Amino acid sequence: MTVVVELKQVQQSYGDLQVLHDMTWQLRAGEVMGLFGHNGAGKTTTVRLILGLIQASSGEVRVLGGEASESRVRQQIGFLPENVMFYPQLTGRETLQHFARLKGAPLAQVDELLAQVGLTAAATKRVKTYSKGMRQRLGLAQALLGQPKLLILDEPTVGLDPIATQELYRLIGRLKDAGTSIIICSHVLPGVESYIDRAVVLARGYLEAEGNLNQLRNQAGLPVQIRVQGLTSEFTHPEIHSQRQLTAQWLELSVTPAAKLDILREILKLQPQDLEVRPASLEDIYCYYMEKAGAVGIAGVQQ
Amino acid sequence: MKQIIHIARKEFSDGLRNRWMLAISLLFAVLAVGIAWFGAAASGQVGFTSIPATIASLASLATFLMPLIALLLAYDAIVGEEEGGTLMLLLTYPLTRRELLLGKFVGHGCILGMATLIGFGSAAVAIALLVQDVSYSTLVFAFSRFIFSSTLLGLVFLAFAYVLSSQAKEKTTAAGLALGIWFLFVLVFDLALLALLVVTEGRISPELLPWLLLLNPTDIYRLINLGGFEAGGQGLGVMALANDLPVGQLVLWLCLVVWAAVILGLAHWRLAKRAA
Repeated sequence: MTVVVELKQVQQSYGDLQVLHDMTWQLRAGEVMGLFGHNGAGKTTTVRLILGLIQASSGEVRVLGGEASESRVRQQIGFLPENVMFYPQLTGRETLQHFARLKGAPLAQVDELLAQVGLTAAATKRVKTYSKGMRQRLGLAQALLGQPKLLILDEPTVGLDPIATQELYRLIGRLKDAGTSIIICSHVLPGVESYIDRAVVLARGYLEAEGNLNQLRNQAGLPVQIRVQGLTSEFTHPEIHSQRQLTAQWLELSVTPAAKLDILREILKLQPQDLEVRPASLEDIYCYYMEKAGAVGIAGVQQ
Repeated sequence: MKQIIHIARKEFSDGLRNRWMLAISLLFAVLAVGIAWFGAAASGQVGFTSIPATIASLASLATFLMPLIALLLAYDAIVGEEEGGTLMLLLTYPLTRRELLLGKFVGHGCILGMATLIGFGSAAVAIALLVQDVSYSTLVFAFSRFIFSSTLLGLVFLAFAYVLSSQAKEKTTAAGLALGIWFLFVLVFDLALLALLVVTEGRISPELLPWLLLLNPTDIYRLINLGGFEAGGQGLGVMALANDLPVGQLVLWLCLVVWAAVILGLAHWRLAKRAA
């Protein structure tokens, strides 16, 4: 698979403050990657490097086979910033037309995109009358102008209602199938969990972990939660880390992932009424790496 | 080049939509007609007096107004984009900072130019229609020179606005700085020059002093518009110095163009330094 974004030993400093240390990872074509980290972990700096807004202090950032500052490369990148108000006095359609002209995208795409994000009815209204969610949709349409090969979404679901959020993730799935590479920065971890192929976890400017969710779970060795209802007798097993009693005769067990099936077989012998198995979620993985990096409760300042 | 036009087009349609252009045109038209007819009221006359007198009054007025309007129009050009979150977005587009700046300059310049043309031009038309035995050739010459130089003065201050806007971290700072620039060039500079004359009691080389006028674009602008008339050549205040200035109109025009270019270059330098 072709490499779309490649960071090689990237260091980034603002004055004396080093915000990225030795960052190395790749994003391949058609991959959806989650970029996670605490506030000030270096996500924004990483995104700015990829977008070519800043130059790395040292190391190499390659995007779509070139430098992100080349206009050929920029034409193929779509970016949804975290917070964009647009131009209050322009209508939604005019805003998109302006950006389409700047990007060299066909103007015919404007109405298609407005329909795709559900803004057709509001297309002739001025952006100052838009709600946060509508501006977010407009921002998304803007990012999709010119059918980008690389899409970078910074907190894409902020302000979106649950249905619009689902639509967004479905859209991400379609774009991925069409070969678009996507980077999502988000703090809404449960939402993105099932849509990302790979995660990059940053803490204090260092790359803490990188890989697909299974690799990260194994690497972290996080326990699997098993909840059982209606066990008649006491249950013990050497691979159970801890257990606690929940309401309505539910028992929650934390077990080693490798022993999961074995323990389940044992439990089934005791004929429980109900059973739930929950592997470590993205949130658990995230918390694990933040604790490991000693980055709990710290927040950096946006540069 | 295409990108410059796209940005300019957006700025121009903004100017139309938020009625900036309409407001400036109307203001200029009303003031120009008012001055043409009532400019001599202080000396007990009502009605049109002469073209040189009208232009001299209009130029004094425009010296105050053009810089103020240009600064108001453009002080938030860069910092405003940043506060709206669009500066960072634009810079991820295939668009250089130079193109962004030039696009804004062209767009805002067109608004100023059109408003000046419509506003002051309509006064010229009114004079041509309503005043008997006025020399059309003098009228056309004086007013076109006045309209072009006013626009050029506006461009210089647009460029100043971009410097401030690229420098300031907040819109309010840019607005404050804009007011400061206006104060400096429109009010303080001439006073300081006069004070210098008085304090040094003429010890400064008299050849040097008139050249100091070229350090202020608004003075250059007034020199352009006061010169060339047989009767109106005697300026007041610091303008009297201009009689000793051994340069022609062309040089003055050139100086104004250089001012605009240099300040625009400064704005580009500040914008290039600004973190995205």
